[in-house]
Amino acid sequence: MNGPHDLGGMHGMGPIPIEENEPVFHSEWEAKVFAMSFATFINYFPVDETRHASEQMPPGDYLSSSYYERWLYALELLLSKHSLVTPAEIEARITEFRNQN
Amino acid sequence: MTSHHHRPESDIALRVKAIESLLVEKGIVDPAALDAIIDTYENKVGPHIGAQIVAKAWIESEFKQRLLTDGTRAISELGLTGFSSEHMVVVENTSEVHNLIVCTLCSCYPWAILGLPPTWYKSFSYRSRAVIEPRQVLQEFGLAIPEQVEVRVWDSNADLRYLVLPERPAGTENLSEADLAALVTRNAMIGTAKVQPPIVSAAA
Repeated sequence: MNGPHDLGGMHGMGPIPIEENEPVFHSEWEAKVFAMSFATFINYFPVDETRHASEQMPPGDYLSSSYYERWLYALELLLSKHSLVTPAEIEARITEFRNQN
Repeated sequence: MTSHHHRPESDIALRVKAIESLLVEKGIVDPAALDAIIDTYENKVGPHIGAQIVAKAWIESEFKQRLLTDGTRAISELGLTGFSSEHMVVVENTSEVHNLIVCTLCSCYPWAILGLPPTWYKSFSYRSRAVIEPRQVLQEFGLAIPEQVEVRVWDSNADLRYLVLPERPAGTENLSEADLAALVTRNAMIGTAKVQPPIVSAAA
């Protein structure tokens, strides 16, 4: 599929963002997205499906999201597709958490 | 789905927390397993593993030949094969050839051997530019490759991952395998740096 992920040779992406002494994860949510994806693609769906799912992100979103935001998109898509967690459950839980604060 | 552009970090963190609580509640993931995965990639797996492979190849020419002929098999000899590094090709830097690794389609990377990739490797600029202007990209890493040296760029994919065998620096003839491994950096094994000789202390 020729989508926004097919970046080889694309112009206009600017300088390489080099960060000295970079941590493995930049926040707790990045680490959690990685771990939840890893745990589910070991047990519920293959890693290739995760990659394919992230490539289904709309081009505008793909190009304006960070690496782990794309992983999060793929995770949500696959959890829903495999009937593990529905989008409605996620939204309901977010509302619940917000109301607790 | 709404645009992710400039979504506040706190919103993302809350969303991730909600998903985690649902997965745990449904028994789909075990919180201890999540912690173990994070610990593995933060503290256990990393470039020190690739550095062991490089140092061994510098010391043992027969191992080096096996590594360059069949990277997958030679790495499994050392028991260092792991998730996302099942099929490996090792490419050697010499005075005539400089190799550079990228994954234009995704961010495929030998996790078991180098750990998780740095942000620059995953960036759109590296993924797009490494294949059309590798010398300019290397300049941004402070690496000037002379015109007469050929630059070869290897585009990784879901099934095949690459590792650069960097040149052994001069003045390291008497170093042990462990001391050599300590010189080898992540960037040198991707091809965005060279291995630097050890810093010799003036006060011996």
